[in-house]
Amino acid sequence: MPVNQDFVGRTFPATKPYEVSRVKIAEFADAIGDPSPVFRDQDAAVAAGYPDVIAPPTFPIVVTMASTGSAVADPALGINYAMVVHGEQRFEYSRPLRAGDVVTAQSTIESIREVGRNVMMTTRTELRTVDGEHLVTAFSTLVERGT
Amino acid sequence: MTAQVKYADVEVGSELPAASFPVTRLSLVRYCGASGDFNVIHWNERIAKAVGLPNVIAHGMFTMAQAARYITDWTGDPGSMTEFGVRFSAPVVVPDDDTGATIEMTGTVEEKLVGDRVVVALTARSAGAKVLTRARAVVRLP
Repeated sequence: MPVNQDFVGRTFPATKPYEVSRVKIAEFADAIGDPSPVFRDQDAAVAAGYPDVIAPPTFPIVVTMASTGSAVADPALGINYAMVVHGEQRFEYSRPLRAGDVVTAQSTIESIREVGRNVMMTTRTELRTVDGEHLVTAFSTLVERGT
Repeated sequence: MTAQVKYADVEVGSELPAASFPVTRLSLVRYCGASGDFNVIHWNERIAKAVGLPNVIAHGMFTMAQAARYITDWTGDPGSMTEFGVRFSAPVVVPDDDTGATIEMTGTVEEKLVGDRVVVALTARSAGAKVLTRARAVVRLP
């Protein structure tokens, strides 16, 4: 099924506020196997110069996927998720996410390109606190493998 | 805490110590749960093979997380990244055995920037294949 080019340039509504918790950060750090105490122990985080435990650099994907996921799942876009692999990922950080941040993500589809039999879709997602502070911009390229 | 690398002590061409990171099926199940990415190709061998993959593959973001850790272990500060980008050039194939796969990382300081920041270029290999290309991080050093 062809991917719907009408989605290029579309900006999706910002996600509902997501509250970053110490428990979720620790769970994520456990899952990636990173033992750093600044992900788990507030005292260690303060000693390292942060107000509370910070999240690992790739943690923002948890929030951005909630935003891009709704776009990818839209049947009108025409993507078969089982055929999707991650092509590229880039983050530009203003600061690390940390426990207590309440964040929203807003995604825009930057491009949809056909490369051979594959389709590559790039999204840009801005993560901000509900107070408007920029945290990170995430660029994700998903590849739907052709058959 | 690990000792921090100092900006003044780093030269273009300085190498990061090589390191390797294991990936098992359990790693992927845990990452599915923690990240919310339950794409079947990361846990269901039957469907992974049916859609043309050699086996279950690791989440690209799991591999990127290992790469981030590799770099921040070197800087000594997990919050030191200001930019980080990768291309996923080959899948990390994770067999259903007690060993799983291994991701091997090397890195080099590619450029020194103003503002006490450096560009680190890294390579990541698994089973002989380059699994990340164009992998660059900008980190702030004390």
